[in-house]
Amino acid sequence: MDFLNAFVALSNFVLVPGIAYGSQLALGALGVTLIYGILRFSNFAHGDTMAFGTMVTILFTWWFQSMGISAGPLPTALLALPFGIAITMALVVGTDRAVFRFYRQQKAKPVVFVMVSLGVMFMMNGLVRFIIGPGDQRFSDGERFIIKARTFKQMTGLDEGLAIKTSQGITLVTAIIVVALLFWFLNKTRTGKSMRAYSDNEDLALLSGINPERVVMITWLIVAALATIAGTLYGLDKSFKPFTYFQLLLPIFAAAIVGGLGNPLGAIAGGFVIAMSEVMITYAWKKVAGYVLPESLEPDGLAQLLSTDYKFAVSFAILVIVLLFKPTGIFKGKAV
Amino acid sequence: MKKLLTASAAIALSAGTAFADGHAKEVKLGVLLGFTGPIESLAPAMGAGAELAMAEVTDSGKLLDAAKVTPMRADTGCIDNGLATANGEKLLADGAHGIIGGDCSGVTGAILQNVAIPNGMVLISPSATSPGLSTMEDNGLFFRTAPSDAREGQVMAAILQDRDIDSIALTYTNNDYGKGLADAIQSSFEEVGGEVTIVTAHEDGKGDYSAEVAALASAGGDILVVAGYLDQGGLGIIQGALDTGAFDTFGLPGGMIGDSLPTNVGSDLDGSFGQIAGSDSEGAEIYAKMASDAGFDGTSAYSAESYDAAALFMLAMQAAGSVDPAEYGAKVMEVANAPGEKINPGDLGKALEILANGGDIDYEGATGVELIGPGESAGSYREIEVQDGKNVTVKFR
Repeated sequence: MDFLNAFVALSNFVLVPGIAYGSQLALGALGVTLIYGILRFSNFAHGDTMAFGTMVTILFTWWFQSMGISAGPLPTALLALPFGIAITMALVVGTDRAVFRFYRQQKAKPVVFVMVSLGVMFMMNGLVRFIIGPGDQRFSDGERFIIKARTFKQMTGLDEGLAIKTSQGITLVTAIIVVALLFWFLNKTRTGKSMRAYSDNEDLALLSGINPERVVMITWLIVAALATIAGTLYGLDKSFKPFTYFQLLLPIFAAAIVGGLGNPLGAIAGGFVIAMSEVMITYAWKKVAGYVLPESLEPDGLAQLLSTDYKFAVSFAILVIVLLFKPTGIFKGKAV
Repeated sequence: MKKLLTASAAIALSAGTAFADGHAKEVKLGVLLGFTGPIESLAPAMGAGAELAMAEVTDSGKLLDAAKVTPMRADTGCIDNGLATANGEKLLADGAHGIIGGDCSGVTGAILQNVAIPNGMVLISPSATSPGLSTMEDNGLFFRTAPSDAREGQVMAAILQDRDIDSIALTYTNNDYGKGLADAIQSSFEEVGGEVTIVTAHEDGKGDYSAEVAALASAGGDILVVAGYLDQGGLGIIQGALDTGAFDTFGLPGGMIGDSLPTNVGSDLDGSFGQIAGSDSEGAEIYAKMASDAGFDGTSAYSAESYDAAALFMLAMQAAGSVDPAEYGAKVMEVANAPGEKINPGDLGKALEILANGGDIDYEGATGVELIGPGESAGSYREIEVQDGKNVTVKFR
């Protein structure tokens, strides 16, 4: 019984939130890694692309809500998501035509692209704030919980509760579907194969008759979809605020680099490594230890490795360690 | 352009004549507040409060041979020590006889050290609440109409004790305000025999607080006290703690009291409680009415304190019969406290007359002013409880 209690407490505070946060980071990191793999630069505008996509989804959600359309127990935002993705695709492809294509034709160095993406980031930053404002927006509706902490306690008779939010369940299910689709697309379809060929060797791909503009456009379309999905899931689970999305850029890049930039599998692993380490290393193990250990060994203190103040230091420490010992990331990506 | 020039010249001329025949003397008061920066939403109502008191005194015509009181606004940026100091110097160069300000605790310390003390200028702050300012050496030049956070810590400890709470988990927003308040709450609560299981900081503007909530939940405690901001990390922490079932009840200090919190969190917040500076004096009501007549919101945070700060300046000047900070500075405590006739907002003219006749006043003002110790407000607090999704005042302390 004690062991069960310990496991439930751990799941409630570490595993469930960690897995949800990890899935959100993984989806974000996938977008970054695709751009890096195929277009060969670090896209700093990714966080704000997520913010833009989420904003459009929110606007459609509000519209649907005002018309009385809902998805029953699921959040209305899921219905609005396809519209959000479509408009974000238009924006991202438009940005590519107006800005990035010019530098591609110039054969500009990657660092120039990075700076250009920084400029795009500030523009999108302003655009989102201009349309929806800098404040917090809440748009989740429907059933809030799959299971509530109190209900769980009554059902099982355990001392510890386990809460799983609907948004956490949706995040995991959506992430699995999206990742499966992406890998199927990259590995099985003709277009996906041509994208990988372009990523592996640009000149060879051109010689074999692959249309580079088409590859670039499809990459942007996929990235826009990934960014909108990741942003909307994050917003449903927490809340939407442009500044928070801008700050998400750091853990997302950390996840992509730790996993190996340019490697989709690595992005997913990186997302979970970063999310779990943030929660686990700063977790106070007192409660769990109290259940598992015999009384004589119970810790007096909190049994906390690091104060939560250092939460962000953890992800960056991991980043530094990985770059020092395995610069290509856990899964072999391109050298940074 | 030419028209504009003529018009402004005409206005300047007519203003000059009005000044010449109406008022023998001019008293200039600096209003040095954060009109830009993190509290830019509060500053306009604060400035308007101070200027309301000045207009009232000017209209009464009873201050020092019918002197006219002129406000001079300047910006602190709330967190910009360089800007605040420079603007403080500028006010002195322009001939200010006293400075109402600063607003945020950090810049207030900077203005005090770099401008007020070297020049012997009196400074009355309406909103700096850091306990650090109580012990700062001020040569008797610094006063504040807002209570110190140390006082809020004591009030919170008393409320917790009354509600039979033995242990709390404590989290604060990672800045001077949050840290100071958390220290005050912890030390006061431990003094009355309570236990603080964990003290941990949270950053504002983040989306994910699961790590913080996990640590707080593991440490345990009867309730969770959140010394943060209701639009920022404080909300995220409460939401996270409720979602995981870690805590049901929350202690909410001043920064967490506002209508948006119960609205955003919903019925789960019912039963949580806290406190915010405020008094049940009739002055508060009178002031709110005066403010709405003048076209601004007098219940906005620290607006009433700003009115009181300006009033204290002018009453002290009247009591000393001088606009020299060295002379009227010593009178500030005298006019603010008993003995004497109680003075409410709107009665400044009457107060000036009593002082002119050599009488004593006890300025109550809009916030029930009572200055203690090193010249700061004793501080009355409203005890708030969330009932049916609304903040309800249950008691005054």
